[in-house]
Amino acid sequence: MISRLANPARFMRWSAAVLPWCGWLTLAVLAVGFYLALLVAPADYQQGDSVRIMYVHVPAAWMALAVYLFVAVASAVALVWRHPLAEIAAAAAAPIGAAFTLVCLATGSLWGRPMWGAWWVWDARLTSVLVLFFLYLGYIALVHAFDEPGRGARAGSVLALVSVVNLPIIKFSVDWWNTLHQPASVMRLGGPRIDPSMLVPLLVMAVGFLLLFLTLLLLGMRTALNERKALALRFNRMPAPGRVATRETPLPAQSPIP
Amino acid sequence: MLDAVDHYLAMGGYAAFVWPAYAVALGVLGGLAWHSWRRYRASTAALEELQREPRTRR
Repeated sequence: MISRLANPARFMRWSAAVLPWCGWLTLAVLAVGFYLALLVAPADYQQGDSVRIMYVHVPAAWMALAVYLFVAVASAVALVWRHPLAEIAAAAAAPIGAAFTLVCLATGSLWGRPMWGAWWVWDARLTSVLVLFFLYLGYIALVHAFDEPGRGARAGSVLALVSVVNLPIIKFSVDWWNTLHQPASVMRLGGPRIDPSMLVPLLVMAVGFLLLFLTLLLLGMRTALNERKALALRFNRMPAPGRVATRETPLPAQSPIP
Repeated sequence: MLDAVDHYLAMGGYAAFVWPAYAVALGVLGGLAWHSWRRYRASTAALEELQREPRTRR
């Protein structure tokens, strides 16, 4: 089924139908999520209202990790099966993951200042997430560093696969080292250790962030396919062989060759 | 009424941290969504433009 949906022409058809639904559903779930997080969820008995930062910080952190895993898996599929849609998916997901990581770092800093008394500490969790952010930026830079899109995607795929080792380091950093960051409260053996009045808004926001990722992924993949198709069209219309197709190259009004 | 709004906006004294956190989240994710949408529309328009042009003979 996946290979059927992954044909680029077929992808353009089904994603056009799914995208508007995905977008409106994302807006609706996020609206409910923000309402629950800012107006319904109770203040924490120790942290007061600063705990509301959790509802953007934690889902952003989950998505930062999940999206990197997605980039790595899509990269593996691209390298092994040479599927063009897989490398497009990986490249389209990376900026979204970088944005989630940035939100995670910034909101974490804004939460750390009142709770820990510091905007930033070089502890294992924070440092490994900062490394994740730079890995995203490195991947994005590498993918776009080649004139031919396929080469950049392959180089980026190798980077994504090698650096996926950072994900378990982030996940278990709070268990392996003494960190200021608290250990897991939701995704732990034995079930979540957080009251439903806070868990429900957190999970609604997480679903909203996941839907946002899917919407932006489809949008980004469609953009990339449009751009590749436009590039191929321009290249095919070049009169002389071996000329590089760029946006600046003017199209010939009349071909000199009969 | 206004007192209640003020009380809410004060976020129990954490207003200077809670509101910027939400502003950053909305700004970064909303900005990315806006940028992605603009780029998508531009790529669609560029492709349609190319497909409308008559093919040059090779």
